[in-house]
Amino acid sequence: MTSNAVTGPNSNPHTNAKKRSARPSAFKLLARNQLALMGAVILVLVVLIVIITPILPLPDPDATDPAQRLLRPLADGHFLGTDHLGRDLLSRLIWGTRVSLAVGISASLVAALFGSAIGIVSGYFGGRTDNIMMRGIDMLMAFPYILLALAIVAALGPGLMNALYAIAVVNIPFFARNIRGVTVGIAHREFVDAAKLSGKGHVRIILTEILPNVMPVIVITISTTVGWMILETAGLSFLGLGAQPPQADLGSMLGEGRKLITTAMHLSAIPGAMIFVLVMSINLLGDGIRDVLDPRLKSGALARPAPLTRIDRTDEGAGTTYPDDTILAVDELRTEFVLGDDSYKAVGGVSFHVGKNECVGLVGESGSGKSVTALSLLGLVASPPGTIVGGRVMFDGKDVYGMSEDDVRDIRGGKAAYVFQDPLSTLHPLFSIGDQLVEAIRAHNAVSYKDAWAKAVELLGMVRIPNPQSRADNYPHQLSGGMRQRVGIAMALANEPRLIIADEPTTALDVTVQAQILKLMNNLRNDHGTSVLFITHDFGVVSEICDRVAVMYAGRIVEMGTTEQVLHHPAHPYTKRLIDCVPRLGEPDRRTSAIPGLPPAVNNLPAGCAFADRCDRVEDACRVGSIAFDDLGEGHGVRCIKPMEGADV
Amino acid sequence: MSDASHVSDVVLQTRDLVRTFGGGRTLFGGQKPTVYAVRGIDVAVRKGETLGIVGESGCGKSTLARMLVGLDRPTEGNITLTGSDMNDLIARDRHALSRRIQYVFQDPISSLNPRKLIRETLAAPLRYLRGLSGDALNQRMAELMDAVNLRPEFLDRYPHEFSGGQAQRVGIARALAAEPEIIVLDEPVSALDVSVQAQVLNLLADLKKKFGLTYVFISHDLSVVEAVSDRVAVMYFGRVVEQAKGRALFDKPQHPYTRLLLDSAPVPGKRGLTVEDASAELPDPLSPPPGCAFAPRCPRAQDDCVAKVPDAQYGLENHDAACFHPLNPVTSA
Repeated sequence: MTSNAVTGPNSNPHTNAKKRSARPSAFKLLARNQLALMGAVILVLVVLIVIITPILPLPDPDATDPAQRLLRPLADGHFLGTDHLGRDLLSRLIWGTRVSLAVGISASLVAALFGSAIGIVSGYFGGRTDNIMMRGIDMLMAFPYILLALAIVAALGPGLMNALYAIAVVNIPFFARNIRGVTVGIAHREFVDAAKLSGKGHVRIILTEILPNVMPVIVITISTTVGWMILETAGLSFLGLGAQPPQADLGSMLGEGRKLITTAMHLSAIPGAMIFVLVMSINLLGDGIRDVLDPRLKSGALARPAPLTRIDRTDEGAGTTYPDDTILAVDELRTEFVLGDDSYKAVGGVSFHVGKNECVGLVGESGSGKSVTALSLLGLVASPPGTIVGGRVMFDGKDVYGMSEDDVRDIRGGKAAYVFQDPLSTLHPLFSIGDQLVEAIRAHNAVSYKDAWAKAVELLGMVRIPNPQSRADNYPHQLSGGMRQRVGIAMALANEPRLIIADEPTTALDVTVQAQILKLMNNLRNDHGTSVLFITHDFGVVSEICDRVAVMYAGRIVEMGTTEQVLHHPAHPYTKRLIDCVPRLGEPDRRTSAIPGLPPAVNNLPAGCAFADRCDRVEDACRVGSIAFDDLGEGHGVRCIKPMEGADV
Repeated sequence: MSDASHVSDVVLQTRDLVRTFGGGRTLFGGQKPTVYAVRGIDVAVRKGETLGIVGESGCGKSTLARMLVGLDRPTEGNITLTGSDMNDLIARDRHALSRRIQYVFQDPISSLNPRKLIRETLAAPLRYLRGLSGDALNQRMAELMDAVNLRPEFLDRYPHEFSGGQAQRVGIARALAAEPEIIVLDEPVSALDVSVQAQVLNLLADLKKKFGLTYVFISHDLSVVEAVSDRVAVMYFGRVVEQAKGRALFDKPQHPYTRLLLDSAPVPGKRGLTVEDASAELPDPLSPPPGCAFAPRCPRAQDDCVAKVPDAQYGLENHDAACFHPLNPVTSA
């Protein structure tokens, strides 16, 4: 939800382009990872050396000199000593690294080419093609890989090229399976269907639509397999099946040195160390590349958000007083997200209150800050990047931001509970709904499992799930969307909360189910005296359930009043136009006039009224200074210098 | 959208359209489960009109849409496009079909390849379906961007730089690029914010007038369907349960399901929805009931409803519902 506030679909392209430069580039991200950077430096050094090997003043690596055999390192004229035939070890090491690196990389590329091709074709076409190709791959994988490589080399005869083929073939399944998995996900995306309808053939779709999207995965897979391939090449050469004498490669050097390991340890230690350094540097760099390219890691999956939003307040609200029966009072709340050099003022000074047994609606479009407001109330905004920079939230008479972490946790799911939009992603898929309810109950009450289970069944009955006794044993996937949302509500009710914060709880549901859920929430409110903060974008839903409603735009409340006042006599031009632009059932001929333009990006808010650019009543004064929230009397207020008086809708 | 614009020629028609998924035999001879997504649909679309198809999630409306544009093939039944069978058309020349009927996707962002410029996406139909290249191609792209009210410099941007509404305009421009007669719009505004939704709906209405298009407009939102459609078909569980001219259907629904849908939609400024009993179970798509699929939820259900599937005669002018006990029976067919 926080990411939605930051890259909401309504921020316009200009600010997006700016945002892109504010985010660190892939290269910078990689450089920030010091281990990966170290790997990169070593690898670049090694690669540079092996590239310029032919022009280095090195003795012939294959020139034997029995008189100089088995010299120790640092001997005269032979920096790393000589081997059992008197060949210069430094020269052989560098030439050998050159061969090993070349074979390792070539094998990776060959395996990547064929493996990816098989994976893409198989994933794209699916069905029988997929079945045949993947069963072939399975067969290849059923052989122990080293045995398969040995068999291939045995059939083709020893030699570096044959070892390369063997290693490439052995690694094809790895690529094929990885790439197929990714391709299956992409081949069913809508843009592939769109390309089909645009007249593109299969080959074109694979090359121009699928491949660019699979490429990062191919690169990641290559970068993590090259090191492995070098080890495998060394292994085959070590067994005498790769490089043939007198040619040097790291594996064969190791193999030759092995025979003299007791008398001349350096013969095997030096190539061994080289293999270690090479593979280590490649793996470190590979991991770094994967972290940068993998979208899941990029989106901050590795960053662990704090249990409570960071609070760094410059003020503690305006000190407004609210009626006595107020459950929740929000006073000039401000929440910001800092990304790069930009700060996004997602919530820019929001004040409202919810009374006992009252339902207050918070209405706005995506990016208006309504969800961030809801999450800020109990410090649920992810930090980093979110920070509460000002204002105060009083829950049941106590300042939430002055509380300890434990106290806030006690309120969450206890006296105040959330219901989210998508019940499938908020329920744990591997536990029965009964168990999840039991957990919610026992987190706040010291009761036995049996008692908690009985209470869970009672809760399921309360939200009108048929046969609660048997349904409690069901898993979330066994329930329909409406049933799951009922469970979500039951969970919120588990500890008899005084306030339910419902963030678009019916948006993902069908209308018939939505009607049921709205009725359920209304009944619960009447039966238990619970207060509700209801976040939605739908004025129809607001009319059905809310007593009062606040309209948000670009992080601030622009109008607030009773549902009747706001819906029938909107004072803010935005409210009026937002009501007008939705077709209304039963009035097909009613003019639906669109609001031109887009909301401003919250990292670049204009001076004055944020709606000024889209407003048809705008004046020069609208763009100067901050616009105050004026009281129109009877609880109706508006943030507009030219409110519309008694406009009838 | 006046009656005068109706010409009595049908451009798109389906007959007994059925689509099942799965089925067949497993490796050891067992029966694989079959999902019945679309269970026999007859709809006809006249040139220049907008046929609204409304239904809740899982009723088969997206499967129907995909079959109409040739992205999916029916298991049984057929689709005809101005008299010629769609299977023949696809077999002869897939491109010919795409030149006549196009599709606008529900999720505007995911219908654009994230790694390609809008220019490349928009050029594809012009190049492969209309054979344009060079200056002609560029000029046509500029025209299309203008038609959907986007600035030409947007061509050199990536999809993630667009808002939902802008991306949906690109999606519409891409459909227009093929110069089709018919556009199938699958929930074209449901992923958009309400203030942007109206922009796109107005754009669609303008384009229809300007290019003489025929729309099949699929949505779960009754108020949107009511606002844009000349005729409306209500789908439930893979079948059309009621079909009529828009006004008639919304004023005097015959099928209890249509009534329920209308009663469940919240309307700004009104309070008090009628709510059905929560214990009603939805039918299982793996084993469809022998009678009316709505019967278990229906307040008017009687014995005959669970025994046999009610039939309906859907025409271009009449109002009929697949119901044995309709709410507002019409005397004249």
